[in-house]
Amino acid sequence: MKQSLLLTALPFALNVFAASSTLSQEMSDAAKPTEEQIAFFEKKIRPVLVKHCYECHSSGADTIKGGLALDTRDASRRGGESGAAVVPFDPDGSLLLAAVSYDDANLEMPPKYRLEPALIADLRTWIGMGAPDPRESAAGPKAPQHYSNTIDIEKGREHWAYLAPRASAIPTPKNAEWGRNAIDAFLAAGHEEHALTPAPDADPRTFLRRLSFDLTGLPPDPAAVETFVKAWEENPDSAIASAVSDYLSSERFGERWGRHWLDIARYAESSGMEVNATYPDAWRYRDYVIDSFNAGKPLDRFITEQLAGDLLPFENEKERSEQLVATGFLALGTKNLNEQNSRQFRFDLVDEQIDTTTQALLGTTVSCARCHDHKFDPIPMSDYYAMAGIFLSSETLYGTANGLQSRRATDLVELPFVDHTPGSIPLADLLDLEFRRVNLEDRLEALLAEQAEERRANRNGEEVQNAVVRILATRNQLGVVEGQLHTYDDSGTRRALAMGMRDREEPFDSQILIRGEEDNPTEERAPRGFLQVIKTGDEKPMPAHQSGRLELAAWMTSPENPLTARVYANRVWLWLFGEGLVSSVDNFGTTGEAASHPELLDYLALRLIELDWSVKDLIREITSSRAYRMSSDYDADLFAKDPENRLLWRANKRRLDAESLRDATLAVSGQIDLERPVGSEVAAAGVGFIGRTIPEATFEKDSAHRSIFLPIVRGTVPESLALFDFADPSLTSGKREITTVPSQALYLMNSDFALEAAEAMARNLLQEEGLRGAALAKEAFYRSYSRPPTEAETVATQQYVERFLEAAAGENISADQARLLALTTFCQSLIASAEFRYLN
Amino acid sequence: MSPLILSRRQTLQAASSGFAYLAFSALSTLAAEKSANRLAPAPPHFTPRAKRIIFLAMQGGPSHVDTFDYKPLLGRDNGKPSKGFANLLGSPFEFSHHGESGLPISSLFPKLAGHADDLCLINGMHTDLPNHPQATTQMHTGNFQFVRPSLGAWTLYGLGTENDSLPGFITLSPPNGAQSYGSAFLPAIYQGTPIGKQARNRFAAESNEGPISNIANPKLSPELQRVQLDFIKGLNQEKLVRDQYQPEVEGIIESFELAFRMQGEVPEVLDISDEPQSILDLYGINNATTGAFARQCLSARRLAEAGVRFIQVNHGNWDHHRNLKAGLEQNCAEIDQPIAALLEDLKQRDMLKDTLVMWAGEFGRTPHGQSTNGRDHNNKGYSMWMAGGGVRGGLRYGSTDDYGYLAVEDRMHIHDWHATILHLMGLDHEKLTYRYAGRDFRLTDVHGVVAKGILA
Repeated sequence: MKQSLLLTALPFALNVFAASSTLSQEMSDAAKPTEEQIAFFEKKIRPVLVKHCYECHSSGADTIKGGLALDTRDASRRGGESGAAVVPFDPDGSLLLAAVSYDDANLEMPPKYRLEPALIADLRTWIGMGAPDPRESAAGPKAPQHYSNTIDIEKGREHWAYLAPRASAIPTPKNAEWGRNAIDAFLAAGHEEHALTPAPDADPRTFLRRLSFDLTGLPPDPAAVETFVKAWEENPDSAIASAVSDYLSSERFGERWGRHWLDIARYAESSGMEVNATYPDAWRYRDYVIDSFNAGKPLDRFITEQLAGDLLPFENEKERSEQLVATGFLALGTKNLNEQNSRQFRFDLVDEQIDTTTQALLGTTVSCARCHDHKFDPIPMSDYYAMAGIFLSSETLYGTANGLQSRRATDLVELPFVDHTPGSIPLADLLDLEFRRVNLEDRLEALLAEQAEERRANRNGEEVQNAVVRILATRNQLGVVEGQLHTYDDSGTRRALAMGMRDREEPFDSQILIRGEEDNPTEERAPRGFLQVIKTGDEKPMPAHQSGRLELAAWMTSPENPLTARVYANRVWLWLFGEGLVSSVDNFGTTGEAASHPELLDYLALRLIELDWSVKDLIREITSSRAYRMSSDYDADLFAKDPENRLLWRANKRRLDAESLRDATLAVSGQIDLERPVGSEVAAAGVGFIGRTIPEATFEKDSAHRSIFLPIVRGTVPESLALFDFADPSLTSGKREITTVPSQALYLMNSDFALEAAEAMARNLLQEEGLRGAALAKEAFYRSYSRPPTEAETVATQQYVERFLEAAAGENISADQARLLALTTFCQSLIASAEFRYLN
Repeated sequence: MSPLILSRRQTLQAASSGFAYLAFSALSTLAAEKSANRLAPAPPHFTPRAKRIIFLAMQGGPSHVDTFDYKPLLGRDNGKPSKGFANLLGSPFEFSHHGESGLPISSLFPKLAGHADDLCLINGMHTDLPNHPQATTQMHTGNFQFVRPSLGAWTLYGLGTENDSLPGFITLSPPNGAQSYGSAFLPAIYQGTPIGKQARNRFAAESNEGPISNIANPKLSPELQRVQLDFIKGLNQEKLVRDQYQPEVEGIIESFELAFRMQGEVPEVLDISDEPQSILDLYGINNATTGAFARQCLSARRLAEAGVRFIQVNHGNWDHHRNLKAGLEQNCAEIDQPIAALLEDLKQRDMLKDTLVMWAGEFGRTPHGQSTNGRDHNNKGYSMWMAGGGVRGGLRYGSTDDYGYLAVEDRMHIHDWHATILHLMGLDHEKLTYRYAGRDFRLTDVHGVVAKGILA
């Protein structure tokens, strides 16, 4: 009686179960199946498998086809050559279901007939409830596994970076005259200790060029240089203060310092890796970052918005939108969109978020602890999975289209307010798309019917193969068209969408996975939380109904967190001096470098907090130091003592990064368009796959916009940036590499970009400025180097033009052409020269 | 005296010759000679066995127990508990003995196995860390902690190059990041020049874009461009004089000179259209699976022939935590034929005897499984191989324990490997030094023992 009651009640119970199956359950497939679930398996599933599958797919088969056995739980989850047959909780990711549904023409099982729809529905229900399966493999059930921490956290706290920054007494150097502020006092102490004499002040032109590139990424306006020189002669301190204020209030500041942050945030507009789907809405995050720096948003607020903007209160729709866009930080990472196993995919996604967040904000490589306790730093696996729980309890919305290669498309975040929605299409085009969708659906249906016919007739060979290819192609096209349609409203206006985060309904704690293997969970769950080694004392408990990202942000930005302010202050130092006080800027762990000036680093970290996390104010303080205005002049004796200039006895000679080099070229040629473009080339290209539905060449065309607005597609970074050591947009990159290779020279000598810029500069000087001869040369030097030419350079320029015309006379070009070419190549030479590329 | 303007005497001379500019140009030619000299062939420390290196660098940590380190006990004890975290995982691939030497090579390399008697399998490799970034950096530079010159840069610094119209160190389709070809404190001219980018996916691999962009100027004849480059060089020289010491500017000057010379040479060297069909077929150029790597290998041979000292060929995706079987099958199918063809081709041209071909990843993988179809990182014992260039073929040198965990016999650390490579090139790793920051630096730091046992 009891038994039969149970069975009658079963369908209802199962329905409830399937509907309420939460991610928490999905993420713990080690959960023991209930009796009801086992009963369902025995009644509905096992008979189907035995009857329709075992003949070819069991240990009793003559040969196990495709390496797939379906007669034990482990074997069916492991799958065969094509991949996992049964992925618990993920019917659409389970090849078994794809095969029996006849969804994929390459994979239709059983081969000669299609199962009754009711049986297929049962299989779907079964997998959806987690594929409860009592069939043990011959090896017997797995012994329960346990995790135990091998790390001594207390001892780990002794590493300098995990100790709170200390306010040291500001040193009183013997040479009290030299310093301008506390920063100088710390540096002077180092100089005096090592008998180093700091370099004298740079000349004002050199200084302004340095400041202008550092704060705006562009050369100073030639007119501004002379004004500045005069002001400097009267009072260098006030001249500097005023120039710094001007630059900090310019829109160009956010474009420069925002770009720095984009390196850290591994900003890109595609998913990278094998599938490389576009992220047509990523640019909103880019603009958010620029605007935040321009608005002087406090760093703690900036960080909080990026980690948990969706959970913050808001006053109006504009603020709400801005905060939603900020969470794009967590959604922009590389993604393996063709991962078959949904659990694996989620853990990989979360791993990328942990890796980026902790390296970017804490200078710590927490993701090393995914598979084992961290080998160098005091981070046990339980800390990793504590953070993983926070991100697993959140949903990452990154869009993309579904297709055969990509089964992981998600929604995007709807924005309540936007200024622009680029990429809208006319109604006619929308209808056209809709028409295409219907056509493709019809075509697919016809092809599938045709194929089923062939199969019943037991035909084989080339035609069947061709049909398969046609089906695959159609399916892919349909996926992309559907993805595109999804981004427009009924009038063809692009919906106001962004990449970002939202919480799942019920937060949950992550299992700790042995060796990081999704199918190898321990009995333990790590309560959501942060790194144990960093105790801020003001940690908030994990909320019962939220993911915990807001609490994570609070912990990150707590004034008691020893890393966040230090790591960012060190980055600011790098961006202003060319080297960090800690040179391993993304690694403050035990394998990182020690700080050259630990007290100064702590001073700056504490200052940043004191200044209410104002990046602009910290920049103001650093740029007003004596140290920042030192010349970069060489001194053989001092060089012998400190060749790497770790003690900063002079300014570092620094090479312009890729964006500054390109932007400066556009600026001196007069071509630059400082207007911010709406959206991006990737937004214009829309939803699709790079190299398949969208040719890579789409993103090669150059523009006159600043480099930060160029399309950043993973694997296809524009040549103008890639050749000059642009940051790998797949990873947090705190510091650019500096290489000098002939391919850079070839670019400056021969590329369309270099040639066009040079010609534009020549024409601009000739036609718009109306300059000739020595006056033209002088202006060209001024623009390029922020100084007038030396006498030697003036003479050499003249000689160059003569020599060029002489050589050109022997060639088949007109005198007018030759003169323009001489001027063009002269301009190009300035741009290509070392001085253009190096800051003194 | 500024290098830009001419002395009174020079001006007079120039004026009298009617080519006022020539003297200026002559001055910069002097500078050019200085830079060309840095690449000029330099005498080795002793008679070399190899003249050039082709390094096939496999990124991700290829499994040694599935490829070149035959471990019969691993197969026998498949599924049994191991000393690692998980049970032993026997190789899904069969090993068999090849050639007269009977070297055991797995079924993943059917074509390469045909060259067994040329291969020296080094089974006792070990390196310091099991993390990709550090181990990769250490493989290329000897040091995982600091930025140091790469093996190719050191080789070029020691020996110069035979063709000064090509970079002496070329890396084909390198992965992101310069640590595998950087020159660190060595002059920038010794840095590897990357050509082509890593095939991101099979679609990119099929595309047939030119190997190097911006190789020709659409507006200027070489003569006119030479005039322009002399002017740029003058500007740079002037800066160098003002700055007194700035190696980066010297690097820029040298890179322009090399770029100018490359324009004449590179298109021809990298244009494979003059190769006979038999060679294209040998490498598998027109096959979708082998095509991308075949192109790299054939380019490597052409660059070797043209006199390039050090050629690095790159292949990625060896990090098989999962999908070991299909992943290895795919990777090996991509590289087996092209590598076998490279050895064959070099031999036919009598170049294998003085070309050192090396295949290596940054570490190996665990004999125990990760899930049921994957392996974790193993830095304590793994394999690489060498061929040609004075190396004893048909030799299995060094070994790991019964299962492939630890190098136990004739252990070879990265430093020993570097010392041995330099030795084959006629360089004493203890004498190949560069003074920087008051200290003499070496590729092998204070370590390194030449593995005499592998010398032919």
